[in-house]
Formats: sequence, structure tokens, C-alpha cells
Amino acid sequence: MMAETQTEDQVRSDWPLYEVFLRGKRGLNHVHVGSLHAADAQMALRHARDLYTRRNEGVSIWVVAARDITASSPDEKDPFFAPSGDKVYRHPTFYDIPADVPHM
Amino acid sequence: MTALPDEVTDDLRTHFDDTIDRGRRIEPRDWMPDAYRATMIRQIAQHAHSEIIGMQPEGNWITRAPSLRRKAILLAKVQDEAGHGMYLYSAAETLGADRADLTDRLLHGRQKYSSIFNYPTLTYADVGVIGWLVDGAAICNQVPLCRSSYGPYARAMVRICKEESFHQRQGYELLMTMMRGSVAQRAMVQDATNRFWWPSLMMFGPPDDQSPNTAQSMAWGIKRHTNDELRQRFVDMTVPQADKLGVSLPDPDLKWDAERGHYDFGPVDWDEFMAVVKGNGPCNAQRIERRKAAHEDGAWVRDAACAHAAKAAAREKAQAA
Repeated sequence: MMAETQTEDQVRSDWPLYEVFLRGKRGLNHVHVGSLHAADAQMALRHARDLYTRRNEGVSIWVVAARDITASSPDEKDPFFAPSGDKVYRHPTFYDIPADVPHM
Repeated sequence: MTALPDEVTDDLRTHFDDTIDRGRRIEPRDWMPDAYRATMIRQIAQHAHSEIIGMQPEGNWITRAPSLRRKAILLAKVQDEAGHGMYLYSAAETLGADRADLTDRLLHGRQKYSSIFNYPTLTYADVGVIGWLVDGAAICNQVPLCRSSYGPYARAMVRICKEESFHQRQGYELLMTMMRGSVAQRAMVQDATNRFWWPSLMMFGPPDDQSPNTAQSMAWGIKRHTNDELRQRFVDMTVPQADKLGVSLPDPDLKWDAERGHYDFGPVDWDEFMAVVKGNGPCNAQRIERRKAAHEDGAWVRDAACAHAAKAAAREKAQAA
């Protein structure tokens, strides 16, 4: 038996962490809502339904094993996002257009 | 965590302080002071434990609900408490805490839960009074936490507060129904109110002059109002609700103070509070024993799920080969 050859801690850590994403309604993107532990992805989906959609909060659920997510550093001072910082010409407000030009 | 040179830490600390000063959120992988991380883990874990232990006093009445309607409501409510615990454990894990370890700490008394759940539920009126007073006090405490500086906790609190509103309203409606009933039913509501009023006031924690961590917590944006401010707010909200319901609150000193614009109320028995916190409340031992039993009785389910997942993965691998 698997359980008997492992310590209690090993058994418990065998339920990996899944991140949960919900589509609130048709027309919206999936949005991250939290995480949960489950033995496998199917169980994670069921748990996500019970945990995050008790009041019709979702019409579609994604679960992703947390270990499979690659993330940037969240720090806004990170140079990772610097390339877009100095490109003001990507924004419509960069361009001066006379106020009397219609529909612009 | 590897030690950083002092000047790097100073820079990170300035950035952290600045983020909080500007009312922005701290997110999981941000640098944060060790004390902030430890305090957040403790706060979130204790809150999670409270939700989980909080299932027991009301769960006590599920099999004896007076009607199918009340049973369905109570089941949904207790299920919500479980859900709230799960949202919060999930938030604690974003700080590097381990869920199994937090459960261990609860089971072995190394982390606490709200003292209110160490009081027994003696009649079905207690279900109503818990919704009205205990969940009412929880809402008072929790609404400001929706603006906690720690992002995942604040977001969990938003979800929780939405659901708590159902909890409070179902409780008050239950009590209104009983107050329209027999003399005995009205007496049950009054009795339950008498027993839960003072413990509800204790839910806000010790008075401000005995709450040494408040200043740091407010500076960090993880506490938005002092214990006494929230307690006063709760009393002011609740007195008119009690009047409307037709019950009296068990405090002879309770009266409107026109000058302050608040209700005055009598002294809380802090000796009782400390005794319950230290483990000597009416149900402390029973609550932990029950939680331990549930954890141990569920071990085979966790093992079976692991075995099933391993088999399914092996089958999938064999098919792919």
C-alpha cells in the first residue's frame, strides 16, 4: 500500500496545488480566482466547481497545475517591462490633432 | 531565503513602504519584510481556522433542522464556511505557507481560532443568533479587510463578505419567524441572545490599550480600524435591530449617548475572554477533538484519491506509449 510506505507528510503533499480560472459569463475572459489542492486535474475541476461557483459565478472553469505556470517577477520596477515604458507613441494621446477635426 | 546586501534590502523596503503608502496592494511574489509575511500568515491562518471550526456549532443542528427549508439553508451556510476556510488557506499559501502544516498547527493548538466558536449551541434559536450577531460582528470586522494591503487576502475577503450577507439575513429572518411563534419560542430567542451578546462583543479582540500590535498592523494596512472602533460600530448597528426584533440585549448600561452620537455599553468581561482564548471555554477541547477526528477519518479518502490519480496517470502513460 502506498500510504503505508510513506509518512503522513508525503501523502498529504501528494495532492498538488491547482490554480483556478473562471469565465464569469459568455463574452468574458477566464479570470484567476484562487487555488486548491486535488489528487488530479479531474478532481481539481470538481473541487473548483464546489468551491468557486456555489452561486453561478462561472460558466467555464480552467484548472492548471501551479507547478506548470511560468511567471514574470511581479515587481513593477523589474526591467522586464521597461521596453514598453518609453514608447509613448503607441498611445493615441501622443498625437496632436486639431479639435475641429471630426470623428477622430 | 538568501541574505541580501543591506543596501538592496533598503531599496526593496523603501519600495514596499511606498507601495503601501500609495494604497496599492502587495502581491505574492513581491519582496516584503519577514515580519509582514509572518503576521499575514498568522492572521490569514487564524481566520481560516475560525471558518473551519465555525462549521461545528451550527453543523450540530443540521440533522435536527425544523423544516426542509431551514435544513437546506443551514447546509448551504455551513458549506459556505468550509468554502471561506478554503479561500483563506489558498491566500495563506501564496505567502509560502503549507496547507497541511497549517492544519497541523490548528490540530496541535499552535495556532488559534476565534474564541466565539468555543461556546455551545443549545437550541435552534442559536442558529439564528449566530447568523445575526456572530456573522454581524464578523461582517463589521471583515468589510474593512477587503482593503487589506495584501492582495490575495483582500480578494478573498471580498468574496467572503458577499456571502456573509446571506448568513446574517437568514439568521435574522429565522429569529423574526420565531418571535412570531409561541411564548416558548420567543423565550428561546431571548435566551440565545443573552448567551451570545457578550461573546460577540469579545470577537473584536481586547481593548485598544491592551492591543500592542494594532499600531504596526495599521501602519502596514492590514488592519484598518481599532478593536474598540469596530466594537462600537457593531453595537450601534445592532441595538436598533434588537429593538425591531423585540429582544432585549443583556446590558443594563446600554443607552444612547446623544453627545457622542453612539450607544454607551457596559464593561466586557475580559477575564472570561482570556480564559476562553487560553483553552478553558466550554467547548475548546470538543472542537479540536472533532476536527482531529474528521482529519483522521478522512485519511483513507485522501489516500484513495492519490491511488486513483496514480493509476489513471499510469494508464494514460501506457496508452500514449
